[in-house]
Amino acid sequence: MSGAHDNPVAGSNYHYIARKRRVVEDKRFVTGNGNFVQDQDLPGTLHVAVLPSPHPRARIVLINAEAALALAGVAAVITGDEIAEHTLPLYHGLPLPECRWFPLAHEMTRYAGEWVAAVVAEDIYIAEDALDLIEVEYEATPAIVDPEEAMKPDAPLVHPGHGSNIIYDGDFEWGPVAEDFEAADHTLSFRARWGRSSTVPIETFGVLAKWDKGTETLNVWASIQMPNYPEQIAAALRMPLNGVKVNQDIDVGGSYGVKRGIKHTVLVGYISRKLGGAPVSLIEDRLVNLASGDAHGPDRIFYTDVAFDQGGVIKSLKIRAIDDCGAYPGRGPFQLGKPIAAIVGPYRINSVHYRPCSVATNKTGQVPVRGMGQGPTNYMIETAVDEVARHLKLDRFEVRRRNLIRSDEFPYLNPTGTKYDSGDYETVLGKVTELANYDDLVKRRDELRVEGKLAGIGIATCLEPSGGNNLFEFLFNPKAEISTYMEGCQVRIDSVGNIVGTMGTTTSGQGHETLVSTILGEELQRDPDDIRVIHADSLAGLPTRSPIASRMAVMLGGAAAGAAQKIKDQLFQIAAHNLNRPIDGLEYSEGTIFDRSDPARKLSWDELCNIAHRQFHKLPEGMEPGLQALHVMQVPLGGQMPDEKNRVQLYPCFSFQAHIPFVEIDPGTGKVTVLDYFIAHDCGTVINPDIVRGMIIGGVAQGIGAALYEKFDYGPDGQFLSGTFVDYVMPSVFEIPYVKDVEHCTPSPLTSHGQKGSGEGGYLGAPAAIASAVNDALEPRGLSIHELPMRMNDIEELLNGEKPE
Amino acid sequence: MKAPAFDYHAAETVEDAVGQLAEAGDDGLILAGGQTLVPMLAMRLARPSVLIDINAVSELAGIEQLDDGIRIKTCTRQNVALNSQLIGESIPLLAKALPFIGHHQTRNRGTIGGSIAHGDPAAEIPLIAVALDASIKLQTKNDTRNLSAKDFYEGPMMTLRKDDECLTDVTFPIWQEEGKLGVGFQEVSQRHGDFAIVSVAAQMVLDGNNVCQRVAIAVGGAAGIPVRLEKVEANLTGSVINQETIGDALTNMADFLDPVEDQHGSAAYRRRVARVMTERAIWEAAA
Amino acid sequence: MTKRDITLTLNGKTVSGQADPRMTLVDFLRVVLKATGTHVGCEHGVCGACTIVLNGEAIRSCLMLAVQVESQEVITVEGLCEEDGSPGILQDAFRDGHGMQCGYCTPGMLTSVHALLQSNDDPSDEDILEAIGGNICRCTGYAQIIDSIKIGAERLREDKS
Ligand code: FES
Ligand code: FES
Repeated sequence: MSGAHDNPVAGSNYHYIARKRRVVEDKRFVTGNGNFVQDQDLPGTLHVAVLPSPHPRARIVLINAEAALALAGVAAVITGDEIAEHTLPLYHGLPLPECRWFPLAHEMTRYAGEWVAAVVAEDIYIAEDALDLIEVEYEATPAIVDPEEAMKPDAPLVHPGHGSNIIYDGDFEWGPVAEDFEAADHTLSFRARWGRSSTVPIETFGVLAKWDKGTETLNVWASIQMPNYPEQIAAALRMPLNGVKVNQDIDVGGSYGVKRGIKHTVLVGYISRKLGGAPVSLIEDRLVNLASGDAHGPDRIFYTDVAFDQGGVIKSLKIRAIDDCGAYPGRGPFQLGKPIAAIVGPYRINSVHYRPCSVATNKTGQVPVRGMGQGPTNYMIETAVDEVARHLKLDRFEVRRRNLIRSDEFPYLNPTGTKYDSGDYETVLGKVTELANYDDLVKRRDELRVEGKLAGIGIATCLEPSGGNNLFEFLFNPKAEISTYMEGCQVRIDSVGNIVGTMGTTTSGQGHETLVSTILGEELQRDPDDIRVIHADSLAGLPTRSPIASRMAVMLGGAAAGAAQKIKDQLFQIAAHNLNRPIDGLEYSEGTIFDRSDPARKLSWDELCNIAHRQFHKLPEGMEPGLQALHVMQVPLGGQMPDEKNRVQLYPCFSFQAHIPFVEIDPGTGKVTVLDYFIAHDCGTVINPDIVRGMIIGGVAQGIGAALYEKFDYGPDGQFLSGTFVDYVMPSVFEIPYVKDVEHCTPSPLTSHGQKGSGEGGYLGAPAAIASAVNDALEPRGLSIHELPMRMNDIEELLNGEKPE
Repeated sequence: MKAPAFDYHAAETVEDAVGQLAEAGDDGLILAGGQTLVPMLAMRLARPSVLIDINAVSELAGIEQLDDGIRIKTCTRQNVALNSQLIGESIPLLAKALPFIGHHQTRNRGTIGGSIAHGDPAAEIPLIAVALDASIKLQTKNDTRNLSAKDFYEGPMMTLRKDDECLTDVTFPIWQEEGKLGVGFQEVSQRHGDFAIVSVAAQMVLDGNNVCQRVAIAVGGAAGIPVRLEKVEANLTGSVINQETIGDALTNMADFLDPVEDQHGSAAYRRRVARVMTERAIWEAAA
Repeated sequence: MTKRDITLTLNGKTVSGQADPRMTLVDFLRVVLKATGTHVGCEHGVCGACTIVLNGEAIRSCLMLAVQVESQEVITVEGLCEEDGSPGILQDAFRDGHGMQCGYCTPGMLTSVHALLQSNDDPSDEDILEAIGGNICRCTGYAQIIDSIKIGAERLREDKS
C-alpha cells in the first residue's frame, strides 16, 4: 500500500499544510449526510421531465399536449415556443446571434435527444406518464454528423441563420514557423483523433428553483460548477442579477468541469415564476444526462506537422485543430483556446502555428471538461514526440530528455508569451522511471514479446496550467475584454475566537473546505479542525469564478492566506495599542501576541478577540470593531492584455506530470489490459496530500477511460448510440490497476505557499500515456493507432482485419 | 426513467403464479430477480399490466440432484448457484461461466431462470443451456411441457415461452461418457461483468489417447441466439485433439454465425473473435 | 394503481411507508422514507451508487421494487454509523484512507464493503475487486478506496479480537 503521507519536501516548515490530515468533507459523506441537490426537500416541489427529440435534425410542425395536460397531477407542459417568447437565448462564449439556443428546441431540433417539451407534475412518475401522451409532428431532414463534412460549403446547416457550420476559425503564429520548418533536418505529419467523451460524474446534473414572490428572488439549488452562473440565469430570464440567489452550499456529486446545466436552470427558473413560486426541480436521469445533458466533451481532429533536427529536438509545430462542438457551442470553442498557454508543452519548442476551428454538427452541445481541451492537446503533443522518436529510431524517453525545458531555464518564456513559473521536469521524469523500475519493466515487456504477446510501455510528460485569467476568451473574441478570474475568501473571527472561513462557490470533491481551513489554520496557527468553512450564496456575494481550471489551490488558497494576513495585521494593531509596543517588537504564536523583549507581556487569542468585539475603548483609533477580512485574489501575472502578436500570459502556474503505464494487448481480441501504472507529479507545495493523490489517480482513471473505452457514439444518421451506462463504458476497479504515484515539489514563486493546481490531475496525461504504451506494443508489428478511444475492435481490426491495398 | 404504472402480485405458490399469469392474458410478466426487467420497466421498454413476483415462492428456489442431471429451480440466485458445490462438481461448465455474469450485487438477486427466460443473445446462462442441451420446464395453469434449450431461442430476447407460461426450472444434463471431462469458457467484453461481445462455451470428453469422445460448443454474441457449432463438434468427435484437427474443424465456422453489429464490435470483428475464442475454449476444455 | 403499505426493518428500526407498485426501492428509501444517504446514479443497474444491504447481502436498490421489501431487513449507509450517528469503524477507515472525493459513490461503496466484511474480514485483493467491481467511482481511480477497505478490514479484525 502506498498511501499518502506527509509530503517530505514541502512539509518541513508547516504545521498543517502538506501534512496527512483527514479531509473535512469526508465526514458527512461517509455517514450519508451529504447535502446533494437531490436531497433538498421543499414541500410542494414539482418535478420536470423532458421529452427528447427522436430526430437529430427536424422541423417541429406541431406539438399537441392536450392529453398530457389533462392527466391528473400535471401542472404544466412547456414548449420551445413559450420559452423562446419569455426568455432570452442562452449565452455562448462567442458572439453568435444567429445560433439561438433555448432550453427547449425552438422550431427545429438540432440533435437527437434535444428537449422538445417539458412536463411539470406533482411527481416524476406522473411527469413521465405525461411525456408518453404528448404528440409531436416532425419533418425530419438529413443530419450533418461528420465535422469535416460539416465544414464543406454545401453541408446542411445546423443553424441556417449563421450561414455556415463554422463557429470559430482562428489563426495564430508565434515565433518564426516558416524559418524553423525551412531549417529543420526533418519534418513529419500525422492525424490524431480525440473521440467525443467526457468525465461523466456519477451524480447527474440537477437543479431546484423557487421563485420567492415576497422578496422577488429566484432561489436556486444546483449541482453546479460553473463561472457566471447567476449572471447567465439572470440574463436569460431578464431578471436583475441581484434577484438571483444561487445557494453554493450544495455538495456536487462530481463534476470535473461538466456540471453546467444552464438550460436546465433557466427552464425551472422560468417555470417556478410562471407557476407563482412553486419549487420546481429538474433532476436529469441517466438517459437525459448522456443524450442531452450539458455533458459531452471535446471531439477533436488534429493535423500536425513537426519540424525537428537529427537529434530529435523539436523546433516547430503546425497544428490544425478541428473540434466538433455539436449543435450548441456554449463555451465549447474555448476548449481550443485554453491549451494555448501550454501549446508547446514542457518542451523547448521555438515556434508554433496554431489554427483552431470549431464546427457545429447535429450532436449534443459541448461543455468544458477537466482541463478545458488540454487533455486532447497533450495527447497530440505527446504523439508528436513519440512520432519523432519512431521516425529517428530513438528512445522515446531520450527524445523527451532532449526536449524538456531544463530546471535552470525557469521562469521560461514560451513562444505564446506565457511564462512557466517553475519546474524540474527531468528530475520528475527520473522519479517516475525509478518508481516504475524501468529496466525491469523493459525486461518484463520483452519477455512477454518473446512469448508472442503484445506488450508496451508508455510515456507521457505534460503540463497542467493552473489558475488562469481567462484571456484566451479575449484571444478568440476581442469583445470579451475580461482580464481577471478573481476569487474571494472572507474570514470572520467571532467574539469567542471561533473562526469561520467563507468561500463563494460549491465544492465537487476537491475538498475546498479542507483547503481553506488548512491554510487559515496554518496562517493563524489555529487548529484547522476547529475552523468552520461555509459557502456564501451568490447574493452574499464573494467575488468568485468557481472551481474550474485547477484554480482553487492557487486562487482560493491565496485568497484565504491574504484574508488571514489581514486578520493578523489587525490583531497586531490591537496588541500594539494595548501592550504599548511597536508592531515590529511583537511576535505572533498560536494566536497569542507577545512582546519579544518581555514575553510575559502578551495578549491571548481570546483576549484579542474579546477586545475586537466588545471593548471598543481598547481599539486603536479609527479601527472598526469586530474581526473580519475579505481578500480577493487576482490571478498572478495578470493584468496584461495580448500584444499585437497575440502573445500573452494566460496561466500563471504550471504543474508537471510524468506517466509510465505498462499494457498488454490480446492479439486475438484487441483487448488492452493496463497491467501497471506509474506517475510522478509536481504541483509545488501540496496542501493536503490525500486530496492531491486522489486527484492525480482519479484523473488517471478517467484518462484510461478516454483512451480505451469511453465514447459518445453517433450513427451516420445522427442517432445517438451511447444512451446508457451499458454503451457509455466507464472503467471499474477491474480495469484500473492500483496506480503508484510519487510527488515532487518545485514550489511556485507566484503563490501563497508555493502551491500550483492539481485538479485536472492525471487526466491531462493518461490518455497520451496509454496511447504511447499501445503504440509501443504495436511497434513490433509495424503498426500504430492515433485515434481515441482505442477500443478492442479498432486494435483487433488493425492487427487482423483485411489490410487495404 | 420511471416505470409506467402496473399492478403487482406477490405469488405464494407456483399455482398462484400461473393462475395470475393466465388471468393477465398477454399483459402479465413474471418478476424473478428483476435485474433486467426492472431497468426495462424504467426505460418503458416493457409495459406489463401486472407483475407476478415469484421471489417468495419457496418451491421455485433450490438445486436438486437427479439421476442424470442437475435441476435448478428458476428463482435460484446466480450467486447461490455460483457457490453450489453440486454445480461445481456436476456442471463445471456452468460453474465456470457464472462468475462472468454481472457483478456480485446483481448476482445476489439475479436468477438462473430469469436469465434463461429473458434470452439475451450475449448472456452466459442461456449460452451454457444451449451448449449442454439443458431441458427447460414451462408451466401454465393447466399444463407443463419441457423444451430443449436448443429449440427454446428464436431471436434476441425472443423465446418459445408463451405469455401464460412460467419457466419453473431448468435441468442441466450430466454427461456419462467415460474419459476425462473438460470445460472451457472464454469471453471478451469491454469491462469485467459486462455482457459479452463474444463468448464461447465448450465441454469435451477425451479418452486416454486424447481422442475426443464427445464435445459440445456454443457461441454467444455472434448471432441473435446462442449458436451450437454442430459442424465443428462433428468434426472434432472421434479426432485426436491437436492444433491441426482444431484448425480444420474451425475452418469456415464463421459462416454459421450471423452477428449483429454495434459500436463495440463490427460483425467482422465478432466473426474473427468468435473463432479465436472458440479455439481457446477448446484448448481450455482439452487441457 | 393503489398505493401499498410497506413495513420493513431499516437500519434496525421498523419503519413503514406507502408506495405505488412501480416505485423502485431506492425511490422509496429516498423520497418516502427520507433516508437520502443512498444515492442514484443510473437507475439501470450499472453504477452501484444505489447499493444497499438486503438481508445481509449487497444488492442494487434501483433494481428492486419497494413492494418487494415488505418484512425484509435493509441496511443503508446511515446504518453503518454508531448509535449516536458518529462514523462507524468502516466509515472512519474511509476517512483515514480518503476513499472518496465527491462522496457520491461512497454510500454504495460502503454498503458493498460492509456486506463483504461481514462474511470475510480478511479479504484478499481479489475479494475486494469482486466486492466493489460493480461500483463505479469517477473520482478516485479506486486506489484510495482499496486502501480504505484494507484499513477498515484490519480495524474490524482488531475490534473483534
Ligand atoms: S443507480 Fe442503481 S446501479 Fe446505478
Ligand atoms: S467519490 Fe465521486 S464518484 Fe466516487
